Amino acid sequence: MSWMCSVMCRGLFLRRMGPVLLVWLAVCLGGTWAVDKGNFKTCEQSAFCKRQRAIKPGESPYRALLETMELTNTRLTLQLINDNNKVRLLLELYRLQGNITRVKINELKPLKPRYEVPDVLIREPPTEPLSLLSQDENGVVLSLGPESQRVIVSARPFRLDIVEGRDVLMSLNSRGLLGFEHLRMQEEEKVEDGMWEETFKSHTDSKPNGPSAVSLDFSLPGVEHVYGIPEHADTLKLKTTDSGDPYRLYNLDVFQYELYNPMALYGAVPVMLAHNAQRTTGIFWLNAAETWVDISSNTAGKTVFGKMLDYVQGSSETPQTDVRWISESGIIDVFLMLGPTPREVFSQYASLTGTQAFPPLASLGYHQCRWNYNDQEDVRSVDAGFDEHDIPYDFIWLDIEHTDGKRYFTWDPHKFASPKEMLQGLMDKKRKMVAIVDPHIKIDTNYKIHNEISSRGFYVKNKDGGDYEGWCWPGSAGYPDFTRPDMRAWWASQFAYDQYEGAMENLYTWNDMNEPSVFNGPEVTMHKDALHGAWEHRDVHNLYGIYVHMATAQGLIERSGGVERPFVLTRAFFAGSQRYGAVWTGDNAAEWDHLKISIPMCLSLSLVGISFCGADVGGFFKSPSTELLVRWYQTGAYQPFFRAHAHLDTPRREPWLFGPENTALIREAVRQRYTFLPYWYQLFYLAYHTGEPVMRPLWVEYPQDPATFALDDEFLLGRDLLVHPVTEEGARGVTAYLPGKDEVWFDIHTFQKHNGGQNLYIPVTMSSIPVFQRGGSIIPRKLRVRRSSACMEDDPYTLYVALNNQRTAEGELYIDDGHTFNYEKKEFIHRRFSFSNNVLSSV
Amino acid sequence: MVTFGHFVLPLLLLGGAITVEVQRPRGVPLSKRQFYEEDKPFTCLDGSRTVAFDRVNDDYCDCPDGSDEPGTAACPNGNFHCTNAGFRPAFIPSSRVNDGICDCCDTTDEYNSGADCQNTCREMGRKEKEELQKLAEIAEEGFLLKKQLIQEAKHGLEEKKTKLEEFQKNKKDLEANVETLRTVKETAEQPEREAKERHLKAWEEQKAAIRLEKDRARMVEVLVELDDDADGFVSVAELQSHSELDPDSDGSFTEAEAQGLLRGMDKVDAVVFETVWNNIKEKYVSESNADIPPPGETPPEETPDIVSENDSENYPDEDIPEEEEDDDDEDDDEDDDMDDGDYKAPPTTRTDEKKKDDDDEGPMPPYDQETQALIDAAQKARDEFNEAEKALREVEDQIRNLEKEISFDFGPSSEFAYLYSQCYELTTSEYVYRLCPFNKVSQKPKFGGSETSLGTWGKWAGPEDNIHSVMKYENGMGCWQGPSRSTTVKLTCGKETVVTSTSEPSRCEYLMEFTSPAICQEPARFDSGHPDHEEL
Repeated sequence: MSWMCSVMCRGLFLRRMGPVLLVWLAVCLGGTWAVDKGNFKTCEQSAFCKRQRAIKPGESPYRALLETMELTNTRLTLQLINDNNKVRLLLELYRLQGNITRVKINELKPLKPRYEVPDVLIREPPTEPLSLLSQDENGVVLSLGPESQRVIVSARPFRLDIVEGRDVLMSLNSRGLLGFEHLRMQEEEKVEDGMWEETFKSHTDSKPNGPSAVSLDFSLPGVEHVYGIPEHADTLKLKTTDSGDPYRLYNLDVFQYELYNPMALYGAVPVMLAHNAQRTTGIFWLNAAETWVDISSNTAGKTVFGKMLDYVQGSSETPQTDVRWISESGIIDVFLMLGPTPREVFSQYASLTGTQAFPPLASLGYHQCRWNYNDQEDVRSVDAGFDEHDIPYDFIWLDIEHTDGKRYFTWDPHKFASPKEMLQGLMDKKRKMVAIVDPHIKIDTNYKIHNEISSRGFYVKNKDGGDYEGWCWPGSAGYPDFTRPDMRAWWASQFAYDQYEGAMENLYTWNDMNEPSVFNGPEVTMHKDALHGAWEHRDVHNLYGIYVHMATAQGLIERSGGVERPFVLTRAFFAGSQRYGAVWTGDNAAEWDHLKISIPMCLSLSLVGISFCGADVGGFFKSPSTELLVRWYQTGAYQPFFRAHAHLDTPRREPWLFGPENTALIREAVRQRYTFLPYWYQLFYLAYHTGEPVMRPLWVEYPQDPATFALDDEFLLGRDLLVHPVTEEGARGVTAYLPGKDEVWFDIHTFQKHNGGQNLYIPVTMSSIPVFQRGGSIIPRKLRVRRSSACMEDDPYTLYVALNNQRTAEGELYIDDGHTFNYEKKEFIHRRFSFSNNVLSSV
Repeated sequence: MVTFGHFVLPLLLLGGAITVEVQRPRGVPLSKRQFYEEDKPFTCLDGSRTVAFDRVNDDYCDCPDGSDEPGTAACPNGNFHCTNAGFRPAFIPSSRVNDGICDCCDTTDEYNSGADCQNTCREMGRKEKEELQKLAEIAEEGFLLKKQLIQEAKHGLEEKKTKLEEFQKNKKDLEANVETLRTVKETAEQPEREAKERHLKAWEEQKAAIRLEKDRARMVEVLVELDDDADGFVSVAELQSHSELDPDSDGSFTEAEAQGLLRGMDKVDAVVFETVWNNIKEKYVSESNADIPPPGETPPEETPDIVSENDSENYPDEDIPEEEEDDDDEDDDEDDDMDDGDYKAPPTTRTDEKKKDDDDEGPMPPYDQETQALIDAAQKARDEFNEAEKALREVEDQIRNLEKEISFDFGPSSEFAYLYSQCYELTTSEYVYRLCPFNKVSQKPKFGGSETSLGTWGKWAGPEDNIHSVMKYENGMGCWQGPSRSTTVKLTCGKETVVTSTSEPSRCEYLMEFTSPAICQEPARFDSGHPDHEEL
């Protein structure tokens, strides 16, 4: 899918309006290969960001009023006062189970309630007791549980330090950047530009509640590497933002996004991980409004030589990263996940927002998508093509053109006249289908879905109280208010087999455009002053996508009476989206750099809980060279969500259209994927069970090896597979870093053994996919690759036992029915294997 | 040192023991039966290894070529043979054995998967037979038609060759004629030109005299107008009242400047004014119409480009070379017409500007009789020459077309020649598609809208052994961010010449199915059944 340019240039227009469109086309083509940055705000153009960023480090006006402190068993409360305007804030501090500290700051007496994000935490996090260690007029020291962890509350200026032993782990407001714009009456104070109204391009944001931004700084002593806060098309290791814009979190449909910059994309997870060789921590900033994150570092820009000089000269300055979060509205509600290991941070975050939904096994197979498979005959012949060329696949996808005039839940009466026949044809081959269901609803009184939503009053309202209307694929469209539980319940009910005509149990769903995308809205999204009940869209924006995803997944669960696992792909997401299915990196392009960026983009998502991630194989926009397409299949085969997709205007690119040699290369890549399905499935079970990511940066497993900290051209699957895909055009070889001084790694194709702790040059040909199995591991595979994963259900497993230097190995195998929730009732086999003394045993 | 090995989990293995059929192991075709002898060690068909016979079809892959597991799914590259009695035997990849999907119509591939397969071989055999029968009938009739087409094409070709010869002879005559008439024309044009020049020169002289007279009259008028005190002199002050005469147009018409215009004198009489007049007459504005801006400052005339703008709207793309050539031709014709115009109408000049000047002096007087006679004679010679040249051009065109047609690849026996200069249409729910073989393919919205080119004739594009089975039309109208439209036309044997379907499998790449007898192959003698392939 994509944005305006392609809407306007779709075939129909071209055919009918060729001459008229010529001038327009020229404009379109002229600026075509990069995002039009002018369509999206910079911090400078976003009034609250500009205001908050203008606060310079220094003496904070905030002071803790220690006399207001109340300490109960579960929480500490304390008032803060802004000495400049005497507005009081209420600080709440909780010690949560599992080494997490929660800090909430709200106005003590706000003019009206401020938004607190619901539905993202899986429960009210259980607390642990806090105890007072000491107190004087300068501050308070509290003990955080049994360890030597303490939190120090300083009164003037207000500041929080979390300390373990002699080390400061994290400090809040240490640079004095806490900012909390209290709600006020308009006439009350001097008015700055953009406080009560703001205009961007032709759109005016009415801002009836005035300024309401919040911001806070965090210092991370000893930290040089921070990660996370997806979604950005940037490196795994986050960059400092001093010289440009902060990283932006604001779900947006960005047309032809540009790489290596901090611009916002389709999803937002406000979670950052900080890592050094001793410790990993995380910051979860629970706020769904537009958010900007500034990162600075006292070592950034220093060369290795400079750092060495510091060391030699005994420069005492420890490296430190400083982070500032700025959000447009809501409150400050931040979870400090204190690790200390990466695995513990994952489980801490999982304890707050839940783990990856355990996907149906088939969804880990290969997905064939295109905008669009034109009709049932097209679907039939593509399906047959996979058999003819002996390439396995599990899902074929239908994009928006399958509907009757972009009315979701319907089928084009001519092109898809008998969907059940089509689905049955796929079912006969144990294959499945995904059809798109977007959240924008065509305003058409002959459309049942629209009429029901409209008559129930379920649409988002505009600032004047009428139904909000925007322009999207169907033309004029309404946007259901997915923040309402009753709306979500109704939406879920529409997936029932007696509601969704033509659907069968092998039809699954894809939610696109759920940022939400509004072609004629500010920054291609919804007006911030649109209303979701009492709340402004401003407050809930980044939640819209997760709610659509949530309601859709719920619908798929309910249609089977709670028996079958859903599979739903979403483009927009938020913290917690992992609970509802898969995400992909949106409308990328058929360029080598886009192939490369798929690795850090999915790694960043993995680190913040979203394991089921993939990029469009082949690239969505433009047409890939054959070499790029083959390399992308080889890379995608080793990434969690493996789907090829292509724009409507690109030439066909089913795997067999590039000559027998390339067909064979692609077939081999896809077949490798299928042989590893048992391992993938086990990793996803683990992700569901523990919150550990499926696809991992190397530093997660080798946290003390600084050589791994910034690696993002290779990655691990679980602990045991290391993948360094070829992502360079015309590559003759790649250099892979094999971690672990005591490890050995086996090439999975040749079984050649390599020692860990080295950079290994690997010569490559077009058939090479450099993948290594860790010595000491046992990986289950299925070598009888068949038409689809379901066809392989009863096939035998082959265990690949790779011995370490001690000639031992360990591994596991997880088996269940592959598609129901019965695993929750322990209906599965989960065995552990170990190999030692030349004996393989299983428990 | 073996540090890496394969272990198969016994508890999960299929119980796939070998179940030998009556004559041969499962999945082995009759033709390979002799390689599978019970109680003898089995040698992989690639010769790479020999294993005990009980390892054949034991659901574990021993041979790199998969030949020890013809009846199971154990080998990744193996094949399973279905006998399919009643239908065609087939090999399927081993991976389709016991995958729960019925692949062999005799159900033999699903012997242990629990799949509920029905034997459909007889039914399929019958259907296929019927289908083949039908196709054979079509092929037979089609082939007869094709023979006719070949005959017709042969005749047509001969006719065309004869015609070509005729044209070529004709062309020679016409060329001679053109040359003769050219001489006649040139001979007649010489006196015409001289006479016209004379006439024009006389007219120019006459015009100059008229203009001079008018100028003098105006000067006197102005003198009277300027001479406010009617003393017969124009004074500095009188001149100054006409600020438009300010030589440097700086807004102040000074006394000195006025005096300068009056050649240094305070006032001048009528005689001297004559010399002053020449300097001021361009600027002078009569007192009676001082509001009207001086001539020469009227807004520029619209140039008559409107026609060409319309053209570009009709043809937004610049990739329609043929049409543009046509346009050029038309332009040439227009030029010729213009020449004719000289003769038909009085020789008024064509541009508006000149016309204005002419207005003062009136139209040029008609040619005298003598000149007109010369012009008429020359025009007659021109007409005759043009006509002869046109005839020659027409013949040349015809020759070119014929040569093109004769040299065209219409198939090995010119069986496709009958499609030349024909068009075939197919109407779908949205569009009317039009295929003009060897020329172009286009698409037009059914309910109004302009036609879109889906390509012009490119080449035959079938596989090497059957190149005339596919036509390719290329370089149609361009696509947004994509290539220009193109169409692939697949030909199949049919009694009729019809476009049977169109589709757009990929953006702007169209596919057309087209039936024609010309592609029909001589049907092989078709006996009932196909004993070569049928196994019982």
